[in-house]
Amino acid sequence: MISQFFILSSKGDPLIYKDFRGDSGGRDVAELFYRKLTGLPGDESPVVMHHHGRHFIHIRHSGLYLVVTTSENVSPFSLLELLSRLATLLGDYCGSLGEGTISRNVALVYELLDEVLDYGYVQTTSTEMLRNFIQTEAVVSKPFSLFDLSSVGLFGAETQQSKVAPSSAASRPVLSSRSDQSQKNEVFLDVVERLSVLIASNGSLLKVDVQGEIRLKSFLPSGSGEASAEMRIGLTEEFCVGKSELRGYGPGIRVDEVSFHSSVNLDEFESHRILRLQPPQGELTVMRYQLSDDLPSPLPFRLFPSVQWDRGSGRLQVYLKLRCDLLSKSQALNVRLHLPLPRGVVSLSQELSSPEQKAELAEGALRWDLPRVQGGSQLSGLFQMDVPGPPGPPSHGLSTSASPLGLGPASLSFELPRHTCSGLQVRFLRLAFRPCGNANPHKWVRHLSHSDAYVIRI
Amino acid sequence: MPYLGSEDVVKELKKALCNPHIQADRLRYRNVIQRVIRMSKLDQWGQAEVLNFLLRYQPRSEEELFDILNLLDSFLKSSSPGVVMGATKLFLILAKMSPHVQTDVLVRVKGPLLAACSSESRELCFVALCHVRQILHSLPGHFSSHYKKFFCSYSEPHYIKLQKVEVLCELVSDENVQQVLEELRGYCTDVSADFAQAAIFAIGGIARTYTDQCVQILTELLGLRQEHITTVVVQTFRDLVWLCPQCTEAVCQALPGCEENIQDSEGKQALIWLLGVHGERIPNAPYVLEDFVENVKSETFPAVKMELLTASLRLFLSRPAECQDMLGRLLYYCIEEEKDMAVRDRGLFYYRLLLVGIDEVKRILCSPKSDPTLGLLEDPAERPVNSWASDFNTLVPVYGKAHWATISKCQGAERCDPELPKTSSFAASGPLIPEENKERVQELPDSGALMLVPNRQLTADYFEKTWLSLKVAHQQVLPWRGEFHPDTLQMALQVVNIQTIAMSRAGSRPWKAYLSAQDDTGCLFLTELLLEPGNSEMQISVKQNEARTETLNSFISVLETVIGTIEEIKS
Repeated sequence: MISQFFILSSKGDPLIYKDFRGDSGGRDVAELFYRKLTGLPGDESPVVMHHHGRHFIHIRHSGLYLVVTTSENVSPFSLLELLSRLATLLGDYCGSLGEGTISRNVALVYELLDEVLDYGYVQTTSTEMLRNFIQTEAVVSKPFSLFDLSSVGLFGAETQQSKVAPSSAASRPVLSSRSDQSQKNEVFLDVVERLSVLIASNGSLLKVDVQGEIRLKSFLPSGSGEASAEMRIGLTEEFCVGKSELRGYGPGIRVDEVSFHSSVNLDEFESHRILRLQPPQGELTVMRYQLSDDLPSPLPFRLFPSVQWDRGSGRLQVYLKLRCDLLSKSQALNVRLHLPLPRGVVSLSQELSSPEQKAELAEGALRWDLPRVQGGSQLSGLFQMDVPGPPGPPSHGLSTSASPLGLGPASLSFELPRHTCSGLQVRFLRLAFRPCGNANPHKWVRHLSHSDAYVIRI
Repeated sequence: MPYLGSEDVVKELKKALCNPHIQADRLRYRNVIQRVIRMSKLDQWGQAEVLNFLLRYQPRSEEELFDILNLLDSFLKSSSPGVVMGATKLFLILAKMSPHVQTDVLVRVKGPLLAACSSESRELCFVALCHVRQILHSLPGHFSSHYKKFFCSYSEPHYIKLQKVEVLCELVSDENVQQVLEELRGYCTDVSADFAQAAIFAIGGIARTYTDQCVQILTELLGLRQEHITTVVVQTFRDLVWLCPQCTEAVCQALPGCEENIQDSEGKQALIWLLGVHGERIPNAPYVLEDFVENVKSETFPAVKMELLTASLRLFLSRPAECQDMLGRLLYYCIEEEKDMAVRDRGLFYYRLLLVGIDEVKRILCSPKSDPTLGLLEDPAERPVNSWASDFNTLVPVYGKAHWATISKCQGAERCDPELPKTSSFAASGPLIPEENKERVQELPDSGALMLVPNRQLTADYFEKTWLSLKVAHQQVLPWRGEFHPDTLQMALQVVNIQTIAMSRAGSRPWKAYLSAQDDTGCLFLTELLLEPGNSEMQISVKQNEARTETLNSFISVLETVIGTIEEIKS
């Protein structure tokens, strides 16, 4: 059971503070928490901290600290889950989670907390149940506009095309204000995959790991009970789970493990790979899956480095060739290569293959930014650096190809819109009913892969 | 009470779990439990709560146990990690009599745990890693084939990287040692010095099993000539040589040259110790030490000077010609000019010792150069699952057992404060004693009768007087074979609050030890341990200043346990 809950801004200012049991401390615990957090030695974990019989457990979410305190030896898994569920709920109700939205919607947040938790016990976290009790309306900073292109972030989509919604479309309060009936009925279905890869220096693949999830965000006005729609999500038919199962004739889309949200009806999953559910308003993770070691498509990037190091003069020359192995019609966005360099590197001269790229030295590492890489293309960069280095034995001042110590491994970060590494696609998204008075709900399906850790040893 | 849906059965659940009358009626109770488990409309918070309640239920028969396990099976497949871990804990505790069921459960929870370890939420990932480590303590091979999941990526926060390195260090096996070491070596050159040092210490940990490969990697790291790396490598070498004497040769070959790259106190101490103890195998050892002696005036750490004194004297014993001059200068400096009293006293002590004669010095300074048994004491063998089952899915693995002990200690002190309102949980205040508490209650009669007080050190005089004035209350003979280390025994006795008053040297015959202990009522127990030459038995005589048989018996059983344990470690 939870004693207190509070939200701190990234600078430590308390935004929300709620005491559920009145059994410990006062408001100053928030300050205490921040002091403890910032004063923690580097090798200790800040996730769970202890002070005078009180445990602080927190998560960081979009720059905010969501903290609970408890004096019991509780399950950390459940508490962390609760915190991230709260973060999603607050995001659903306030539009998006951030310092600004929270401070604009303080009354709404307190109202929500009152309903979610009672005397430190969880009552319910379902949007469906809560919407009956929540009266306050969210204050949104600016009127939502479909053509607001200011923040093309995560999904990096080409917003000029009418087929694609801007990424900010999904960040608005789930409960449309009651007066404004013209709100669109929209459903967003995202297939998001995180890719972590480790490639050895000889180019062989050491580890591939794909963590995928299907996220649903629904703005449908789910009526009271009987009118709520049934949604059918059709996945790729060749989709199979586990190593043994095989479907279809072609190379199947295989994942190692799948887990579904408890509200998903799997009656048609075995036969037709269709997920059925009654979408609640707000965000829901419909399905999570993992895949390791055995990727059906080639890796998106290969890196061919060559290193020349002149030990005597301290001249280090790195030539990097980056090949994008995606199909030629797709592309990768916001590609950034991060290469740690030996200590004390001072100067950098560069020759890059196209003008839109940028490279610089930052925090003892080389950062090479490539805003856009077309599939099938090949890019290269030649970097020359001076490493003053330790006055090593000058016995062999010859140029060697052996890399100096402290160089590498290189890691890449990127986004691949409209691409899933596992090959999983959503075939269709159907809604079983027509909400009265309104046109067809808009359905947006997006696919995205992004890097979690894409490491290439040199 | 959390919201558990609107079913009537919730009311019954409350009643059943809080009402002693229903609990007395096993059949009805069981019925309720089964209906609760079958409830389908619970959300994940309700499920976690129910699983927590069920921890207090003790199935009557094996049949019922498996009934419940089957009913609960679907919880293990839940998509919420909180529910899965709650179910795992319940399974582990219910099946405490059948280890194969426990292992089975841990195999099934592997998938969800690994998924949590690579989850997007850093915090969840951290907590899952802590639990992985907990499981590895009992089943070292459990995650061996998934070692790649624990490789660090550069964007992760520091505390996750450190946990992952610990996990890698623990899951190493014959199949993956090559890859794990390669990965760890990559971390050693990380930009963050703390992380690099943690990785080097981890390699040092693995070196206890896979010595040759690790020593080779560590030697290569010395070639980097980076201060923060060299100092940790040398410290690792020092610990390694002590535990695994077979690597001494390789270490001695690697050492020359690294004195140039060590600036901090810890590193210098380790290097000087190595030079002193194994100096006869390192050709340039006297010259390196001489450099340190030359610069002793500007040395800021007293600990380094102490170490230098001991090392110079040790090296003087093995290579007198090269060291005599240096040792003389060092002793002169320490006695005449040094301002730190501890260093000065140490210098004077060695000087007087040298006056007594060289044989005496040898006898005192040339202790054993390695002690492989220390490693056994440091990491005790695999712990049974039951020892931590009740801590699973709580904060204990997250804090670490040692840290948790200090936390609960100060919490206990606070609880005693009468002014504080009683904030203990529903579980503790409920009328039903939780299973774990029940065990504690059963243990209480034993431990309640005998509570040995820590740190009750008697003076030798007082002990002797009391010993002579009392009669032997109990005498017993225990089987005992071969050699052992008196220090080990002393340490083990210390743990159970038995103090050692006096003890003969190892290997002397007859061997004797005198022990004392006091319980909370003030009753003294004085003990003599005796090993006769050529006899494979240990004779124990106990005297007591108040004649109370029941405490005497429990004291003797404590003593027997300790001695039995030492005997096991030895063999």
